[in-house]
Amino acid sequence: MSECTCHQNYKLDTLVPMVGVITDIRKETPDVKTFRVEAPEGGKLFEHMPGQCAMLCVPGVGEAMFSITSSPTNKLFQEFSIKKCGVLTDYLHDLQVGDEIMVRGPYGNNFPVDTELKGKNLLFVAGGIGLAPLRSVINYVLDNRDDYGTIDILYGSRSADDLVQLKEIQEVWMKARDTNVYLTIDRPQDGWDGHVGFVPSYLKELNMKTDKTVLVCGPPIMIKFVLGALTEMGFTKTQAYTTLELRMKCGVGKCGRCNIGSKYVCKDGPVFRCDEVDELPDEY
Amino acid sequence: MKKIKRENLKQLFDLISSGQRLYIPIKKAGQTNYGIYAADSRVDLDTLKTVKSSKEAFFPQSETLYTVTKENRKIKITQQELEGEDFVLFGVRGCDIKGAQVLDRVFLSSPVDSFYEARRNHGIIVALACSEPEESCFCTTFGVDPTEPEGDVTTWFKGEYLYWKANTEKGERLTALCSELLTDADEAAVEEEKESIKAILSRLPYADLSLESWHGDATNEKFGSELWKELYKPCLACGTCTFVCPTCQCYDLKDYDTGSGVQRYRCWDSCMYSDFTMMAHGNNRTSQMQRFRQRFMHKLVYFPANNDGMYSCVGCGRCVDKCPASTNIVKVIKAFSKEVNSK
Repeated sequence: MSECTCHQNYKLDTLVPMVGVITDIRKETPDVKTFRVEAPEGGKLFEHMPGQCAMLCVPGVGEAMFSITSSPTNKLFQEFSIKKCGVLTDYLHDLQVGDEIMVRGPYGNNFPVDTELKGKNLLFVAGGIGLAPLRSVINYVLDNRDDYGTIDILYGSRSADDLVQLKEIQEVWMKARDTNVYLTIDRPQDGWDGHVGFVPSYLKELNMKTDKTVLVCGPPIMIKFVLGALTEMGFTKTQAYTTLELRMKCGVGKCGRCNIGSKYVCKDGPVFRCDEVDELPDEY
Repeated sequence: MKKIKRENLKQLFDLISSGQRLYIPIKKAGQTNYGIYAADSRVDLDTLKTVKSSKEAFFPQSETLYTVTKENRKIKITQQELEGEDFVLFGVRGCDIKGAQVLDRVFLSSPVDSFYEARRNHGIIVALACSEPEESCFCTTFGVDPTEPEGDVTTWFKGEYLYWKANTEKGERLTALCSELLTDADEAAVEEEKESIKAILSRLPYADLSLESWHGDATNEKFGSELWKELYKPCLACGTCTFVCPTCQCYDLKDYDTGSGVQRYRCWDSCMYSDFTMMAHGNNRTSQMQRFRQRFMHKLVYFPANNDGMYSCVGCGRCVDKCPASTNIVKVIKAFSKEVNSK
């Protein structure tokens, strides 16, 4: 048979990761750490858009999809805020600066920062670790401030100790032009003089005008009630975007796990406009 | 058109396998499956359906993707070499060939799965017409022509001969390689054989199985149907249907610690299993009804929606033969047809 030359055309398969080195670890809350990841030779492993995800893998331990929490406008590195809640994340939380992990991606679609969101007044609604994907958008928008209208950020968590990225929120977001930040915690706590109450009810109290495009991320139950509150306030489903999260293995719509109807969350998502979510079979 | 006497087939297999791997149905421990031919193999081209489909040749049940070695804190990743040599897949039935076309839609769509693509590019398919389609067959419902399956070479058994027709450049090359064993033949015998197969097809129990109620997009209507609540009941969640299926694509990625490194391998998985979609944050298919519904909705609704109407079932009937609880896609198709007809 003839000599094979086809290998010259192949590049590294998408299922094969790159090596990334952890160059910084920030303890955000008792169970969330933010990991900075760079290529071993320095610089970013790849370019991404706000809302996209990547697979982080520890050999022999596991591999899972995480949203990239840093903004693409950060030219130096990528960051992942990871909550400790399983075998892999337990292991990740034990890693030290200088340790190497494996990374592949970016995967999925992104928030339409360069199209539908451009020129719009934006309202971000986040709960707990749900701030991670939205932080990428918020910093992207703040770094391209003139391209967008007003910015409102509503962020809540279980307690004051569970607020992720608090330093950046206070030192950057709260000081940004035409930007309002509203924080809330679920229950009263000593030393907290801010708002107390769940995110959806605070949203209704704030009684925002409906001239905004809304980006919602958080626990499924919070998303559900936030969308309900938005509807009550007069927002339409086409004004709101959210992200979905299901079990993933491949990240490229082939392993058959993360589908809802004919959509694969890893490939067609994770970002969906809320009217698109409504059309999906009720299995998420 | 060429032909070769049945009694000379062993010479043919020896010749083909002398220069490349030959995958062919081999009988072992009472079961026939594709395996690599060796001189003492019990080749079995009479059994219509191998237990597992031929998809393994392109999408193995288990394969290493890369190996990781660690030195102190440094990680080194070495991708598994891709298939680099041609091989022949002999005796593939029309249903399994359509199965490969379905999997092409999955693995060759962007981003291309290079492990699959390399095997697909190097595979030479010798198709075999189904002389005697069986009661569990319904491939014609899914547009398969078992009288003339599309391979690089198509073959037919008729009388004491195997008839041989090359269809592609790859097929011509294989024909040239085997030319000393092949003699010229006319098409009359093959035409006669095709008529005989058609006569059998028309008498099969599923000959009239219709997909009428599955055309068009009716995702939410089908998803919400009450029928699933009855249809899933016999399902034991064993996953047999997914493992014998020529189109089931679901896979898992796992690690194997070799002692000196970690091999990341891919292996078949099944949407029928309870932990398939489980993650730290929850599980979106917690009942067997949901998992059962997912399998058939995927084959008959979701996959066609993403692939120009192409169904992800080829009517091979393996699931009909092998399901220990006698539930299968035919029952699902029929149940919805009845529902439509009774409206």
